[in-house]
Amino acid sequence: MSNDAKRKVASVHSEDALVAAERILPLKRTLLALVRDRVALAGLIIVSVLVFIAVLAPVLSVQDPYDLAQLDIMDGRLPPSSTSMTGTVYLLGTDDQGRDLFSAIMYGLRTSILVGLVSAAIALVIGASIGLFSAYAGGRVDALLMRIVDIQLSFPAILVALIFLAILGQGVDKIIIALVVTQWAYYARTVRGSALVESRRAYTDAARSMALSDKRIIFRHILPNCVPPLIVVATMRVAYAIMLEATLSFLGIGLPVTEPSLGLLISNGFEYLLSGDYWISFFPGITLLMLIVGINLIGDALRDILNPRQEG
Amino acid sequence: MSSYLFSRLAQTIVTLFVMSVLVFVGLYMVGNPVDVLLSSSATPQERMEVIRAFGLDRPVWEQYFTFLTKALQGDLGNSFIFNQPALDLIFQRMPATLELAFVALVMALIIGIPLGVRAGLKPKSRISRLIMTFSILGFSLPTFWIGLIMIMIFSVFLGWLPASGRGDTVNLLGVPVSFLTLDGLSHLLLPAFNLALFKISLVIRLTRAGVMEVMQLDYVRFARAKGINEKRILRVHVLKNTLIPLITVIGLELGSLIAFAVVTETIFAWPGMGKLIIDAIGVLDRPVILAYLLITVVMFSVINLVVDILYSIVDPRVRLEGGSR
Repeated sequence: MSNDAKRKVASVHSEDALVAAERILPLKRTLLALVRDRVALAGLIIVSVLVFIAVLAPVLSVQDPYDLAQLDIMDGRLPPSSTSMTGTVYLLGTDDQGRDLFSAIMYGLRTSILVGLVSAAIALVIGASIGLFSAYAGGRVDALLMRIVDIQLSFPAILVALIFLAILGQGVDKIIIALVVTQWAYYARTVRGSALVESRRAYTDAARSMALSDKRIIFRHILPNCVPPLIVVATMRVAYAIMLEATLSFLGIGLPVTEPSLGLLISNGFEYLLSGDYWISFFPGITLLMLIVGINLIGDALRDILNPRQEG
Repeated sequence: MSSYLFSRLAQTIVTLFVMSVLVFVGLYMVGNPVDVLLSSSATPQERMEVIRAFGLDRPVWEQYFTFLTKALQGDLGNSFIFNQPALDLIFQRMPATLELAFVALVMALIIGIPLGVRAGLKPKSRISRLIMTFSILGFSLPTFWIGLIMIMIFSVFLGWLPASGRGDTVNLLGVPVSFLTLDGLSHLLLPAFNLALFKISLVIRLTRAGVMEVMQLDYVRFARAKGINEKRILRVHVLKNTLIPLITVIGLELGSLIAFAVVTETIFAWPGMGKLIIDAIGVLDRPVILAYLLITVVMFSVINLVVDILYSIVDPRVRLEGGSR
């Protein structure tokens, strides 16, 4: 009898523990799963190293690539691992103006990552809000908003970005606006989709039957359950934003020359490529490639781990 | 069906209108095209004359109204730079872009479908894994950089293929095309493959997913049970049903190929309309920018519509409805 009671108490306790564990675990569990997956771990390492380099660019670089006083035109277009007259070793060579390419890449990485993250974050907040609102409002508002999303998504991102950059001109803020405009719709669609699914689940009914306010149901019950698919979409979108920014900058309509991202570095080296000076375009390109592949590897693994019900 | 067509038409017109207002007002606010039109040594008097001649002294809504009236008559204005009708400029260059996009699309299908089927039939084999790794790479590689690398390898180091231009063209029904001459083909190969790369990955993934899904369905099992040979099952039962969803995606991708041709054309100096728009943005050639965008919107809407109709024909389960989907 007392044993039985004990067992009951114990089981209740362990259930409590389970519930508590469930509440802390998701993030930790996701991270653990990521680290256990060899491919994802590789992606994680690549991205961490690149972010580390980008953040510490001013400390790690041998020169400030945009301080003209530190550049020597005599060092122009030196092949990788040449030594300048002052004894600086140019690990990855120099560009036409005698700029150390390795330093330029570190600074370019900074700009690329910053633009990618900021635009994705803004697009996520705007898109998720619209998606949530659309799902909540339902009816005509929902139909209209989703129609706008459909129309927008039927146009390739690069075209939408072209339109906005043609109107806005160049600049970091402008390219961020253009990237946000091209991306919000993906987040809106994802969040709206999962919000609709979640709002039909039993726990939402339970919350409603307890007469909780709409606000509380939306933000405490539905929104948190929309987060997993949102994370997957966001990872992929950050990679895409970085690639799109590089493409636009390469075309000469993205970032201005004063704020060179990886795309602009690649574009600078384009004219020298034909004469065989490959490194000016090659190394920034490899860096961009590693960054995007790294993020996509993480995203791919996250998709499997979080198993979202739909794709963006 | 006709109500469906009507609602789609209405949607296209609304999109066109919104887009033209947005771009027109946007361009009006940013740059003053007078600076582009005049040399810096022009006197204030000359300046005023040009402003008046182009109607730039009018309020923006009036300018837009003038533009709209003329646009409805098929006149989108003259390019500031070339002093030719903007529409003519775009139509001159459209064949080059369309050819590039079509060849890229065909390449994506010819390469992508067999690889996708292979990866779908034996998903665990080493070759299939290799194919999938390639497709992940295809998604991640920055297209423009791969274009540069291709030029570096095939044009600069090996000297096998030309790096720029369109080569010899032949007139086919009055339209110049490159793919019928050997020289034209050699010019077409690199840019088309570069443009196709991303789509190859996409086709591989879609085909693989489709094949894997269809292979598990009852009718395939039944066909096997009946002792029909594997080749016939693959051709008749699996492929046909895999290709249906592929059509939609491929159709929509044609539009994106045309848009992304902007990048490929810039790298390979392909004389298409993508190159034109990039140059036009650089010098704020308003009429050309507007004309390009409006024409692209029309092209996209037509492509989307054709795809939807095609889809309903191949898959009778899909019903076209007026309004919302």
